[in-house]
Amino acid sequence: MSRLWSANRLTYAALAVTALLSIFPIYWMFVVASRSSDAMGQVPPPVTPGGNLGANIARLFDNTDAYFLTGLINSAIVAGTVTVSVVFFSTLAGFAFAKLRFRGRNALLLVIIATMMVPTQLGVIPLYLLMTKLNWNDRLPAVIVPALVTGFGVFMMRQYAGQAVSTELIEAARMDGCGTARIYWNVVLPALRPAAAVLGLLTFMTTWNDFLWPYAVLNDPENPTVQLSLRALSDGYYQDMSQVFTGTAIATLPLLLVFILFGRQIIGGIMEGAVKA
Amino acid sequence: MAVQLDARPPVLPGPRTGRHAGRVRLSRFDTRYSPYLYIAPFFLLFGVFGVYPLAYTFWVSLHDWDLLGSDHPFVGARNYTQLMADPDFWHAVVNTLGIFVISTVPQLLAALWLANLLNRQLRARTTWRMAVLIPNVTSTAAVAIVFAVLFGREFGMVNWLLDVVGIGGIDWKSNRVASWVAISAMVDWRWTGYNALIFLAAMQAIPRDLYESASIDGANRSRQFWSITVPLLKPTIIFAVIISTIGGLQLFTEPRLFHSGTNAIRGGPLRESQTVTMYMFENAFAPHYNFGYGSAVAWLLFALIAVVAAINVLILRRLGGGAGKEDVL
Repeated sequence: MSRLWSANRLTYAALAVTALLSIFPIYWMFVVASRSSDAMGQVPPPVTPGGNLGANIARLFDNTDAYFLTGLINSAIVAGTVTVSVVFFSTLAGFAFAKLRFRGRNALLLVIIATMMVPTQLGVIPLYLLMTKLNWNDRLPAVIVPALVTGFGVFMMRQYAGQAVSTELIEAARMDGCGTARIYWNVVLPALRPAAAVLGLLTFMTTWNDFLWPYAVLNDPENPTVQLSLRALSDGYYQDMSQVFTGTAIATLPLLLVFILFGRQIIGGIMEGAVKA
Repeated sequence: MAVQLDARPPVLPGPRTGRHAGRVRLSRFDTRYSPYLYIAPFFLLFGVFGVYPLAYTFWVSLHDWDLLGSDHPFVGARNYTQLMADPDFWHAVVNTLGIFVISTVPQLLAALWLANLLNRQLRARTTWRMAVLIPNVTSTAAVAIVFAVLFGREFGMVNWLLDVVGIGGIDWKSNRVASWVAISAMVDWRWTGYNALIFLAAMQAIPRDLYESASIDGANRSRQFWSITVPLLKPTIIFAVIISTIGGLQLFTEPRLFHSGTNAIRGGPLRESQTVTMYMFENAFAPHYNFGYGSAVAWLLFALIAVVAAINVLILRRLGGGAGKEDVL
């Protein structure tokens, strides 16, 4: 790429304002989480952290309406399982679509792309009836199993496998008598690792954040995901805002950690996907 | 055609050992059928938990179907005719479209502007990109709760700032349009940076010499932006609009958690910001559990999404000529 336009002071000033707007609500969440509950009524509103975080955390985990610890554990189980599954099935199918020849390949790929445009959220009612039949209501499989595959994941892995997996290497492995399963495991998966990691991160974050479907199907207040714990906190009759904000801060923390550690890769994944889509 | 390696068996002469023939058969079976095995999990799971529920929603919508009744009599289009005459439904449609317009238009314009800023020789490039993307990775529910407080009537920071500049406080939750604005602010906060990165990626694919020859011809920066960048970005813009339409018209978490307490699923006591998805939820789940009626809402929302997406694409294809015909869509 040849040279870009230079950035002047105005560019940096505008970016700084945008960055401030982006970060402030998150920062302020931690501010309120670290203060006592009367911080809400102060004028002007406080913008620096206080020393009450520990006490707020203790009260949050003691709150008998929110089941916050259960929520955290459940969300970790759900998001972790879904991530492993989506990455596994997406790399497998992406490999097949990019590197193997079979009848109906292009038509089936089109179907996968079309599924990305389908608002599956609108199917919650029959899904709920299905879960009642399976006796999965109020239980974690109800939120895990429907999320085990995504069209987005298959498509992303297919795009990446097309350029990252060497066809010669696959042919060579075949000559040596490798079956496709071993080729997937020994040749394809190592080559897909960078993109699979990004897919895993994006999947983890989406699943951790999911709200509507868990809200519909997990009605037992004692067995929530963390987002449902937040709802219970915020809908509570008596609202203790510093405690609610401690909950939102803790629920956001894993996502922020993932982003700080892997932000570069996530940005790369989003931008590469955009060019190809 | 299938892989040439399958041609091996005929070449092999003489008596084959049973084991060898078995292996060859296995390998042929492998190359021919294993691809289907690898893609099957997706189609199986998506079929059962994605396509089937969506299609079955239509079936349910033709019945009088609730939680308690053991039989669900077929009622034809009754749920739909009832819905057409239901003022609360149309109220929710207007809310949804209002929030959609107020959020999407400024969001995409701001994203274009932001992408244009990021598409320069910047120091600490990745840090800036991370700073604009960070809202997108936060928990939606958490952010909705935070924004609900920021937009609080008495002690909210937004009203405090408005007060500082001399504007009286706004009741963001009970004023219908104001609640749309507050919810749009949430949506835009989350998605502007994400869309900016999508646009940035597309901008970087535009050949530089286009700009060089334009500036030789005397076109200034803003002229170049509107006559080169925007037209060439059109496929990406259309893509972003479609994605925003599908997501925006199904908006649920933000408006639901903007409100709290007993009226929350109604989007406030007078349904100030109840979206169609919330209305579907209110009817289909607690307290009503009227699955038939809720399913009719879902299908009409589905139709609404398709219509609005089509209208958006038509409008966008007409706007701004330039890279018209060779668009992807």
